[in-house]
Amino acid sequence: MAESRRTRIIRTDYLARVEGEGAMYVKLAGREVREVKLRIYEPPRFFEAFLRGRAFTEAPDITARICGICPVAYQISAVRAMEDACGIVVDEGPIRTLRRLIYCGEWIESHSLHVYMLHAPDFLGYADVIEMARDHGEIVERALQMKKAGNAVMALIGGREVHPINLRVGGFYRAPTRKELRTLVDPLERVRDRALATVRWAAQLPYPEVELVPEHVALDDGERYPFDRGRIVSDAGLDISPAQFGEHIIEEHVEHSTALHARLRERGTYLTGPLARYNLASRMLRPLARDAARDAGLQATCQNPFKSIIVRAVELVEAADEALALIAGYEEPDAPSMAVEPRRAVGHGASEAPRGLLYHRYEIDDDGTILDARIVPPTSQNQRAIEEDLRAVVERHVDLPDHELTLRCEQAIRNHDPCISCSTHFLDLTVDRD
Amino acid sequence: MTDAHRGSILVIGLGNELRGDDGAGIAVARRLRDCSRTFGLDVREQRGEPSDLLETWQHADAVVLVDTMHSGAPPGTLRRFDASSAPLPAPLHGSSSTHALGLSEAIELGRALGRLPARVIVYAVEGHMFGAGQALSPKVETALAPLAAAVLRQARLLKRAGACA
Repeated sequence: MAESRRTRIIRTDYLARVEGEGAMYVKLAGREVREVKLRIYEPPRFFEAFLRGRAFTEAPDITARICGICPVAYQISAVRAMEDACGIVVDEGPIRTLRRLIYCGEWIESHSLHVYMLHAPDFLGYADVIEMARDHGEIVERALQMKKAGNAVMALIGGREVHPINLRVGGFYRAPTRKELRTLVDPLERVRDRALATVRWAAQLPYPEVELVPEHVALDDGERYPFDRGRIVSDAGLDISPAQFGEHIIEEHVEHSTALHARLRERGTYLTGPLARYNLASRMLRPLARDAARDAGLQATCQNPFKSIIVRAVELVEAADEALALIAGYEEPDAPSMAVEPRRAVGHGASEAPRGLLYHRYEIDDDGTILDARIVPPTSQNQRAIEEDLRAVVERHVDLPDHELTLRCEQAIRNHDPCISCSTHFLDLTVDRD
Repeated sequence: MTDAHRGSILVIGLGNELRGDDGAGIAVARRLRDCSRTFGLDVREQRGEPSDLLETWQHADAVVLVDTMHSGAPPGTLRRFDASSAPLPAPLHGSSSTHALGLSEAIELGRALGRLPARVIVYAVEGHMFGAGQALSPKVETALAPLAAAVLRQARLLKRAGACA
């Protein structure tokens, strides 16, 4: 009896292949899972604090610094929130085209990195991308070529590849010419081909039979696959404007993490990100991506977190195809930005970072000084869902030896592509068994 | 852009100038930029993101990388490693950056893909303060001059070797 209640401890000091570093702790008493904790040490609260007292125009450049992988998401959510506060709408025309286009570049960069460099080794049985590259150099090269094209989109529209400097409240500092944008057509066409090849490649990977049904939350654009705007909806009936985010989504401290955990006031845990977007908006995909998903065996919804790698590949197709359509329809604007006059108000902005919903809320004064800021990144929202996923993984594989169980846990985390680099510096993994 | 690197010697300073001693590589690159034209060197600054590094150095004959290490040595300690044919030593694996792969992994990925210059020399200075918004620590600041001089000497040696080849 005493033996069956033995505490079991599995510890890994570094969990590789996630963006950034954090920690995880699992405690088992016999076969019973007692605790599952995803620990995040350094949330972006500092940013919220030092945004106070800064000008409303500075928010996109300051918040872009939260993450080197998804700076555009921070910039788009910030400018939308500030424009909301100032009472202007940039929802159509060339400025929105450029915003969507640079967002496509970020998705291409981020997804190609995650699919091949971080996630693929799990499926092909390698410890890391270096080991994988020795046998499968061609797919690593494919990723590098796609990422390079994503960088080119970011550099042309954003002024540089990382932490772009050309976005501003109201639009852009400078709008590219049609001729400049045409230089992206050839590399993006190759991205589209490589993304289609990625979907086909991902479709033939071995997948465990796993079905998880968290509540999925994503933006609803109404017209297109969600990127840069929309209401916040779920597959359990949530349908709110970004301004209602705070009424329905609560952030709370948990002892094991300095990052706040988000939950739905009414129903608790929810998931944002590629699976959520796909489950809520697969019908909005452009035909090329929709057909690629179907040919890969995906239904209109997907509940297997391991298959998020296929969904990311489908989103790569969507991003490349959408980018090419945006370039084809681009008309140079008369002015690169709209005039924005500050006023005392609260504004809300939400957009779809590669990893999921990113919400910003700002209160500004009459002269545009930021009085209060709130930023809720996707990984903060997904922490509870990741912990629940981990709990299910441990329960399913409780009899595995420690090192194999550890690997399963790491894979379960990587399925969600957490962007801990927004907030932390170390992810070490501990499984503790009674 | 990359064709311009064919046959060239690249010096790449790595890091994040907003994170204290992590900015040492960037600081060295800036010190060398002034004399880069005189000596015909191509000096770059990068964050250390592996795919960017692979792209930047793929057609170069030789690359000299300047980074901060966090190995437990006294702050300001300078080390030189030749990674042309062997991995960096274990203490340099991983990285103080917030990204998934560090310099050591970028070099090994380049080696696996056949995208590594023939000569890869890494200079590293031991850092100890990596706080957001911090300046370089005094010990690392003091090490910059000898570090920059060593990097310059190395790059010129490689260039002369290339010219004779």
